[in-house]
This record gives sequence, structure tokens and C-alpha cells, in this order.
Amino acid sequence: MRFGTRRGTRRPPASASARVRVPVPLWLPAIVALALVVLPVLGLLTRIDPTRLPTLLTSPEALAALNLSLHTSLISTALSVVLGGPLALVLARSRLPGLRVVRALVLLPLVLPPVVGGLALLYLLGRTGVLGGLLENVFGLTIPYTTSAVVLAQTFVAMPFLVVGLEGSLRTAGARYEQVAATLGAGPWLTFRRVTLPLLLPALGSSLVLTFARALGEFGATITFAGSLRGTTRTLPLAIYTTAQSDVDAAVAMSLLLVVIALVVIVVARPKAVEGRS
Amino acid sequence: MSAARLRAGITLRRAAFTLEVAFAVEPGEVLAIVGPNGAGKSTVLSALSGLVEPDHGSIELGDHRWFDAERAVSVATHRRGVGLLAQQPLLFPYLSALDNVAFGPRAGGVRKAAARARAHAWLEEVGAAELAARRPGGLSGGQAQRVALARALAADPDLLLLDEPLAALDVDAAPDMRGLLHRVLRGQRRPTVLVTHDVLDAVVLADRVLVLSEGGAVEQGVTREVLARPRTAFTARIAGLNLVGGTGGDSAVLAGDVAISGRVVEPIERDRPAAAVFAPSAVAVHRQPPHGSPRNAVRVRLTGLEPRGEDVVRLRAATRTFEAVLAADVTPAAAAELSLAVDDEVWFVVKATEVAIHPASDG
Repeated sequence: MRFGTRRGTRRPPASASARVRVPVPLWLPAIVALALVVLPVLGLLTRIDPTRLPTLLTSPEALAALNLSLHTSLISTALSVVLGGPLALVLARSRLPGLRVVRALVLLPLVLPPVVGGLALLYLLGRTGVLGGLLENVFGLTIPYTTSAVVLAQTFVAMPFLVVGLEGSLRTAGARYEQVAATLGAGPWLTFRRVTLPLLLPALGSSLVLTFARALGEFGATITFAGSLRGTTRTLPLAIYTTAQSDVDAAVAMSLLLVVIALVVIVVARPKAVEGRS
Repeated sequence: MSAARLRAGITLRRAAFTLEVAFAVEPGEVLAIVGPNGAGKSTVLSALSGLVEPDHGSIELGDHRWFDAERAVSVATHRRGVGLLAQQPLLFPYLSALDNVAFGPRAGGVRKAAARARAHAWLEEVGAAELAARRPGGLSGGQAQRVALARALAADPDLLLLDEPLAALDVDAAPDMRGLLHRVLRGQRRPTVLVTHDVLDAVVLADRVLVLSEGGAVEQGVTREVLARPRTAFTARIAGLNLVGGTGGDSAVLAGDVAISGRVVEPIERDRPAAAVFAPSAVAVHRQPPHGSPRNAVRVRLTGLEPRGEDVVRLRAATRTFEAVLAADVTPAAAAELSLAVDDEVWFVVKATEVAIHPASDG
């Protein structure tokens, strides 16, 4: 987007009168699509037994899973920012050869089934894996089936959301503000702190929310790489899956927790990417 | 403020064209680079500021060698000390106008309070002191551009670059900003390079003009000489408007023994360089001198008649009164009725309301 035409950075006024009519035959599939998204969640709510709900929600099993989920998701979100943020900047601004290949590789976890990602992590960091063997023998560190493994699995799956979001916003904004800062005598580090970062804050907010939500819902990679050990690796999604086999009501109650967290994320944080604006 | 001379001779290869240009700008001098879109005007500025690297050549400011392709020297943009005012103000949207202007001094290591004091002084200088606390989102285009100029100058650059600084402003804001630039540029000792597609900007602001076309300089010289006696068809085309240079009078420009009166667009000073500008379509052609009307009349000798499309004949004429080539657009019917021919002596008449009076650079 080019900022403004005549008046600096103002957007052109949105004109309500210029709305385009939606062709009638498209309304039916649109309604079906909406039903497909909303009805299952509503169905879940009807399955709730209000009398047992407080007990189920405060069961040690549910509380442990919620606690673990929130902790690991926050850590993997922080890890995504610390590592993925710089990666986004490199992808958007540097002119290294082969950058297009790197950009495609970053997208890999987005399209790869999480289970495959979990297997890949296991064969890299497992006891017999290339890196895992080294860590075990030299540092005495074991990663699979630990809380660290949960964090790694979540970061693997969720970080690309942050990288893609930030990189897109950096590329749309262009480097023009950074160039102005350079002409004002600001070196690369000062420009990053005083120009790039403040300009990136709005996009960072929405990318963070998406990354956190994705980490919170992670299942496939976690169960493959970290297993489902109560208290250390059994996050909320894993707990729901395990509990559903024996106590459906308890599983539904835990699902309700995730639904509530998701709604909070959408309503309170209101990520722009979710609203269809970038 | 240092006062060093800018010297540049650069070659840049691009897919569409090769840009090859050499020029020097003295301290306190303003060089305007004019030319059509895609001629490489802005690329020259990018090379001067260090945002692109030429393939050959060198750029020096005084004793400082900023770029030398042969010796692999290329000083980073932030160490060159170039101030840039572009078409878009590009004010940092999250900072107040004051903090935008203070950005340069802060980057240069000045303490916060001192930087703000300097920023205040510069906002005052560009007539935007009352905007200090405002965010860029709440400024009009003209206001934002004033703040952007203050920001560029507050960093105390050794070289000032102006890249189409008036092109994005609306017709009300552009004359104000042009007048401000005229005042600021005349009072400084650093060299300035201005890129513009508007000849008026060059007339008002520049001492010398470099005409760039298809990657090369087709003409270079003192503004008034280049525009008054265009040596290439291209320069004549971009000149487009009639331009009579002289000295400032009472709502008029004194040129030779004629006074051309008009609307004073930007304040002029008596006996300082000024220019009268009017469109060829505003000129009426008479065989006899008009009398008893408040109109400007100049006796001229026709040097050319060229049809322009279906319903316009462009007349070119010279006058002995002052040094300028004038143009007039008339209908083919009018040209026939007056039976105009080359070497005819006629009167070019233009209403004062159709003439714009501007201050001019000393060049």
C-alpha cells in the first residue's frame, strides 16, 4: 500500500454507498459454510451438564492441563517473537541470495501435518537422533517426553504464523521510513529500535495472538514428540483427547475452556488478521 | 554548518536505461534536475544519499569521498549527512511533530531537552510552531510537508536533497510551500539538489538547471538561460509556460522597459529577481497595439507557427524588449483571419489576472 495520496498518511474515506451486491445463488453455500463452523460449537454447548460443570472444570486433571497449556503456550509465543521476529526482518529486508528458498522453508510447518512435524523433531532430538544423541552424551540433556519438548513442538508449529505475519507487514510498509531515518543520521540499530519496531507494533499484536492461539491448540506434534504424560506434557488438547475415551462430560467441560479462551482471544485482542484486515 | 562543494559523476545501469550524469553544486547553490518521468531523476538522488550504488564513478562532498566505484568506497547513508525531503512527508506516525523534528538531533547524540529546543526553533522557522504537539495523522498535506522540511534541516545536513517536494500538495498548499523553500534555500550555505517535473519549481528555487532525458543530461546551465532559450526541443516542451524574468516591481515584473503585472503568488521583493509566468493559451494576438485596457502588451516578432492538433496553432515569438521566447496558442481560424506569418510584427496581449508573479532564484 502506498501511504496516502494527497494528505500524508490518511486513508481514503470508506464509502458505504459503493457496496457490491452479492449474487443470490452464493447466499446458500455461504449459510452452509457458517453453519458448518458455528453449529458444532453450539452442539458442544448443548452436551454440557450444568450441574456437574463446576466440579469437572476444577478437577485436578483439568486444572493441571490448563496450567501446563497456558505456561507452555506463553513460552513458545515468547520464543517465537525472540527468534521469529529477527527472521521476519531478515526475510523482508536483507538481499541475501536464496532468500526465496528460505521463505518457502519457513512455510513448511504451516502445510505439514503436525504429526509429521512431531516425528521430524523426534528423529532430530530423540536419543538416537543426530542432535539429540549429542545433547544426551555431551550435556546430559534429554528433550523428548519433557515439558521442553512440548514448548519445542508448539514453537515449531506456531512460529511460522508470526514470521509470515510480521514479514508481510514489513514488506507492505516498505523501507521508506527506515531510509528517512538513515538520512537523519540514524544507524541500523537505532533505526530498528526507534523506527522499525514502533511501526511494527500493531502487526506484532495480531501476529502474537494468532501464534498463541495456534500454540494453545497444538496436538499432533506434541503427542508424537512429547507424549501425553500427566502434569508434564499433557496439555489441554491432549487431556481432552485422553479423557474423551472414558468420561465424555469431563472432555466436553475441558473443551469449553478452550472455546472460552478462543472467544477471549477474538473478542478482546481482536487480531486484525482475523478480522480480514492486514 | 559546513559549506562544501558537491561533485558527482556517476553511471548506473538499469534494465530500462543507463543513467550517466556529471555535475557539481557549489555551497549555497541549488541545482534543479528536471525531466520526464522515468528519466532517472530520483535515481540520481538515491545515489547521492547512498540508497543505491552506482556502477561507475564517484561522489564527493568537499574533502569527503562518499562513493568511489574504482576504490570500492561507499559511505553508508547515515554517515553521509544528507537531508532528504521527498514527495510524501513520511513523518513517523507514532511521534509528535516536535519529536519527528528532534529525531535527527537525537540520532546525532544531542540530549533530549536540547534536541527538543532545536526542534522548536526549526518548527518556528518553517511556520509550524503551533503544530508541535500534533501527531502526523492530524496534519494536512501542507502542514506535514513543512514539518518534514524542519525535520530534514534540524539534522543539519551537509547536502540537502529535495525529491519532488511539492508534487503531492494540492494547489492551495503548493505556493506556500514553494515560498517557504525559496526563503529557506536562499538563506543557507549548503549545496542543494532539487528534482522536479514542474518548471515553476526550478524557476523559483534553482540557480542552475540540469535537464535529464533518457538517462543523460541534455542541457545544463543557469536556470533562466536554459528555460528562456531552450536549445533542445525537449527543454522547450517541458518549459511549456511563458516565463519572463526580471526584477520585482509593484505587483509586477520589470523586464527591459516593460512591466508585466499579474497576481503575486508568493511574496516578491522590490529589485530582487522575480518571474512572470503565464500559459500560451492566455495570450491574445493583435495586429494593432491595444489601448485603454489594464492588460499587458508586448511587441514581438513571430519566429514560428506550428499546428498542434485540430484546433490550436502554437505561435512562437521573440522580442527585443527582453530576453525570452514567448508562445501563444490561437485557433486556426484566428491565425487565418490575422493572416499570420513568420517574421510578422504583432502584439501579444495577456490579462493581468492570467499572469502569476513569483520570486525567482538569483540564477
